[in-house]
Amino acid sequence: MEPIVAVLVGVLMAASVYLMLSRNLVRFVFGLVLISNAANLLIFAGGGLTRAAPPLIASGADLPASGVANALPQALILTAIVISFGLLAFALVLAFRAYQELETVDTDAMRVAEPREDAAELEETPRSGDRTV
Amino acid sequence: MSWLLVLPIILPMIAAVVGFVLRGNLVAQRVVSLAAALGLLGLSIALMAAVWQEGVVAAQMGDWPAPFGITLVADHLSAVMVLISAIIGVATVVYAFGDVGDKAVTYGFHPLLHALLCGVCGAFLTGDLFNLYVWFEVMLIASFALLVLGGRRAQLDGAVKYVALNLIATILFLGGIGLLYGLTGTLNMADLHIRLQEVENQGLVTVVAVMFIVAFGIKSAVFPLFFWLPASYHTPKVAVSAIFSGLLTKVGVYALIRCFTLIFTGDVGYTHEILLWIAGLTMVTGVLGAAAQNELRRILSFHIISQIGYMILGLALYTPLGIVGSVFYLVHHIIVKANLFFVSGVVNRVAGSFELSRLGDLYRYHPLIAVLFFIPAFSLAGFPPLSGFWAKFVLVQASLEVEGYVIAAVALVVGLLTIYSMTKIWLNAFWKARPAEAGPPPPPLSGLQRWCLIGPIAVLAAMTVTIGLFVEPFYQLAERSAEELLNPQPYVAAVLGEEGLARMTALSLAGEEAGVEP
Amino acid sequence: MNSLILREATRLLVALMLLFSIFMLLRGHNEPGGGFIGGLIAAIAFALYALATDAQAVRKALRADPRVIAAVGLGLAIGSGFLALLEPAPFLTGQWTTVGDFKAGTPLPFDIGVYLVVVGAVLTIVLGIKEQQADVEDDPVEPEDRR
Repeated sequence: MEPIVAVLVGVLMAASVYLMLSRNLVRFVFGLVLISNAANLLIFAGGGLTRAAPPLIASGADLPASGVANALPQALILTAIVISFGLLAFALVLAFRAYQELETVDTDAMRVAEPREDAAELEETPRSGDRTV
Repeated sequence: MSWLLVLPIILPMIAAVVGFVLRGNLVAQRVVSLAAALGLLGLSIALMAAVWQEGVVAAQMGDWPAPFGITLVADHLSAVMVLISAIIGVATVVYAFGDVGDKAVTYGFHPLLHALLCGVCGAFLTGDLFNLYVWFEVMLIASFALLVLGGRRAQLDGAVKYVALNLIATILFLGGIGLLYGLTGTLNMADLHIRLQEVENQGLVTVVAVMFIVAFGIKSAVFPLFFWLPASYHTPKVAVSAIFSGLLTKVGVYALIRCFTLIFTGDVGYTHEILLWIAGLTMVTGVLGAAAQNELRRILSFHIISQIGYMILGLALYTPLGIVGSVFYLVHHIIVKANLFFVSGVVNRVAGSFELSRLGDLYRYHPLIAVLFFIPAFSLAGFPPLSGFWAKFVLVQASLEVEGYVIAAVALVVGLLTIYSMTKIWLNAFWKARPAEAGPPPPPLSGLQRWCLIGPIAVLAAMTVTIGLFVEPFYQLAERSAEELLNPQPYVAAVLGEEGLARMTALSLAGEEAGVEP
Repeated sequence: MNSLILREATRLLVALMLLFSIFMLLRGHNEPGGGFIGGLIAAIAFALYALATDAQAVRKALRADPRVIAAVGLGLAIGSGFLALLEPAPFLTGQWTTVGDFKAGTPLPFDIGVYLVVVGAVLTIVLGIKEQQADVEDDPVEPEDRR
């Protein structure tokens, strides 16, 4: 089972890197969603995969039955999911606000904070490979 | 004792909660904010005193024993970092009284500031890798909100880059944590110190170590991962820029120092060699970037990067003197850098611009501001008798000690170029005549506002002079931190108790036997 | 969204989901469930309500700013940790007492705190986005550089 999950993590990572290399901010955010899922799966696989019962203690017993799944990676992942949920929500809202204010989702065109010094000169030369949404 | 470790994290959190509930009441918010910042300062002094007397102290949250529960640990480095954060926190709160308008306060500037301090203190005090990740996130989400507070276009633009790169760093860090857990089954840092030496496949450990270098490298803005910093740090309010420049990247550096002295010490030849290259290139690119800029805050942002290089340099050398230099530099830099950003804000207030081309004559009309700029600027550049001189002196000496002549030369040349940048600011903003096209300066500051802005700057400037003149106790503090970092026995003993120490000795004995046999 | 079916069904569903969220919150003590899951269910209930009506109606139904709800929840969770001072034990150590047949302890207020934080935080985001969307739909003019 582990090799399959490992390959899946790899595929997710690769897809997210591909998405994040795009100039389009929306694709970048999608890339972030994928890569955070890949990281979560990585922790899950790192904690060891078992086809076992959930880590619950039967009422009356003091210890879980033997062979239950490792609860710690699950707790870690839950925490990571919660955090990445908050961060991604922020990233989405930010992307939306940036689109409203800057009127573009092309990260190369976002030059308000760091204006080009020779802006006029550059505008005349058309850049190859420009893609719009 | 255990409460002394928790309270520096909990107090800012409570301040954030109270601040949010009191959002409508501006006066109450400011009072709560200042009270909490001063309280944090008091607590951090108490913590520092306790660590100074007793050595490493640890506390197990919820009474769950390490390595199963979350452990908070304070050694000399943690304690001094919390103390400095508290000082910068108080300075920022006071400065914000004069700098941050009512509107930003209603949007929750003060609660967010305390949430940031909570994350920073948590990151310094935690003894658990996953918990470190959580504090990083607390810090990050607060910094996101602070960065876009006000919502100007440039801020949103800067925030896009800041958020993007920091989120990637976070996820790399998380991936590294996952792999470490898979390798060892623990995330307690002291426990990792022991367990990682038992791992058979040391190559895999090095791979994870490099992942951590990249993740913390993005956070601490080292070459070639620093591009988010100069894109964003000059956009928010000055009080926000100042606390970011003082604390955020330094948390990344702290994490690097902690991880690469406590956890990843297996393949020092490889990982610390990488760090050495990073250190040199970071210093050079940072200072060259600064030389090309003509806006006050952007120059200062690039200097953060070049200074980060110095801190990494000490870690990369991995000698006692090198670590002493790193720790000393860390403390000195936080004070000086936050101060310079504060000064840039005052310059903007009295002259109406951050652009060097639109500034001038400040020395003639505002000699006090000129002096208060001069002290941190030349401390940054490393002039005696200011704190920066000693920090650079120790690092260069440490490089020469291991015959790293090239890196020592790089450090000295970068120091010279820093002087060039600072002189450029001095000449353009303070010395030359104010250009006619700059227009009339804005109205003068009111009395109270003036003191809120100047007060923190004067205190921080006095601190850098004090550290420079009475260097002995501060050097001793750095020396003690370095000693603890390079010999983690007390740290492990404080976290894991006698049992952990026994495991450590058993391991080193086994190592010696294995070394003797062939 | 203007759909009669959704509006009428929502009335019933929201009440049921809120009840279920509290059930989940209390069940979490010994079985799967807890403040986080309960909070999410409650937040989804309110989000559904926002979808069927509008953000304003949800704010009215909540009676308090979601950010304040989150802050109060966080305060409650921190406060429950401070009860460990009674023993005295480290922060967050569970404290227990028996009231009649009922065993009361600090994990419950902590969980209620988590519940409130989740409801508050999620609704802050959801209502924020919902209102922004409404702004854009009402006001086709491009927003000015706000300073």
